[in-house]
Amino acid sequence: MEATDPYERYARQVLLPGLGTEGQQKLAAARVLVVGAGGLGNPVTQYLAGAGVGKIGVADGDKIALSNLHRQPLFTTAEIGKSKAIIATQKITAINPLVACTAYEYPVSNQNALSLFEDYDLIVDCTDNFTARYTINDACYLLQKPLVFAAVFQYEGQLAVFNMPGNRTNYRDLFPEPPSQASVPDCNIAGVLGVLPGLLGIMQATETIKIITGIGEVLAGKLLNYDIRTHNSTVFEIAPSDRSGFYMPADRSAYEKMDYQWLCGEYEAIALDKQAFDQFLADPSALAIDVREVGETPYPAFPHLSMPMSGLDRFEDNNGYKNLIVFCQSGTRSAKAAGILQRRFGSSSNVYHLSGGLTAYYSQDHGEKS
Amino acid sequence: MQVVAFGQLAEITGKDFHVEAGDTDDLSAQLETKYAGLKNARYVIAVNKKIVSSNTPLTSNDIVALLPPFSGG
Repeated sequence: MEATDPYERYARQVLLPGLGTEGQQKLAAARVLVVGAGGLGNPVTQYLAGAGVGKIGVADGDKIALSNLHRQPLFTTAEIGKSKAIIATQKITAINPLVACTAYEYPVSNQNALSLFEDYDLIVDCTDNFTARYTINDACYLLQKPLVFAAVFQYEGQLAVFNMPGNRTNYRDLFPEPPSQASVPDCNIAGVLGVLPGLLGIMQATETIKIITGIGEVLAGKLLNYDIRTHNSTVFEIAPSDRSGFYMPADRSAYEKMDYQWLCGEYEAIALDKQAFDQFLADPSALAIDVREVGETPYPAFPHLSMPMSGLDRFEDNNGYKNLIVFCQSGTRSAKAAGILQRRFGSSSNVYHLSGGLTAYYSQDHGEKS
Repeated sequence: MQVVAFGQLAEITGKDFHVEAGDTDDLSAQLETKYAGLKNARYVIAVNKKIVSSNTPLTSNDIVALLPPFSGG
């Protein structure tokens, strides 16, 4: 039997009631983009290739690392350092040469997502960070493409299908605004058992095949939580939220202008307590910057530059200071300003901000005196 | 009512516990007073497996879930 004989290759699934040759033809005509070729993306690409999805794109800017191998079974020790997108497409082409595979060796961003997604019918989100997840969600919403979502944390996974025709519920209906990446540990920090993204990835491939063939009921407008410790799974209904529309970019132009990394707190500056702040004040390589508006009190006794938040755009030169330490009244504006300055000067300066602002700084002073 | 916490929230509140609250805002306020870590955590509330986006009345027979966002992959 020829390896290219589709009848033999797909014989066991074509037998299935509800799939048949018609379902197989739908799979062959389908174009699926898998974003992220890691723990989730490995099984997704493997099983979609096995099932005979006609065109599969794999987008990932990362290289294979040793710590990936416990949960990314497409990759081998000898392939460490190679492009995940390239190796994944090679492996799935070897599984099924009838599938047309394309590797995109770069991360998906709001600068490339719209044009990239247009060539596909359906997107599978196998990424590992909120910047990518919101970038993908919003692009799918704007382009009206179904999105198969999964994410994991330690021993639990979430699975959902967003933006289906007739039910355009999406990730922003759950979480309208991105949480900061720092507030939600990823696999690198929280740890993950290799089988968990494996299971969730297979579930994503399942939903993808169901969407293409029309089999069963997809998780549109629903969120499934799966716990591998107990095998408890719970399906929650997601209602459309008014706030989702409020935060969603209105059109392509707004989407491309949105700074997803900033929204997801990737530029978060390190917060300093009074002791650490005082150490920097004594260090000539550090510049203290007051981002309060002119006239706000108290006026600090230490040397500083006044650069109100409202005029921060005009602060374009860090004057060679290696450390920028930003402060305000309560620590809220300084956190935001420090994030902005981190983006602007991150290559030449470290940016910090005073936790709790001058209010906390001087209250500790009083505490010490009394 | 019974409250079940998922993901990283279970580390803050415990997996499963009972609270009496009149509505979901009251529930959040009570829990955030009791567990300071919850104040900075992002989560959505589901009442009887329906995720709610605005304040929702609760009765003692309801099962409430606290669902955080996951990012890992």
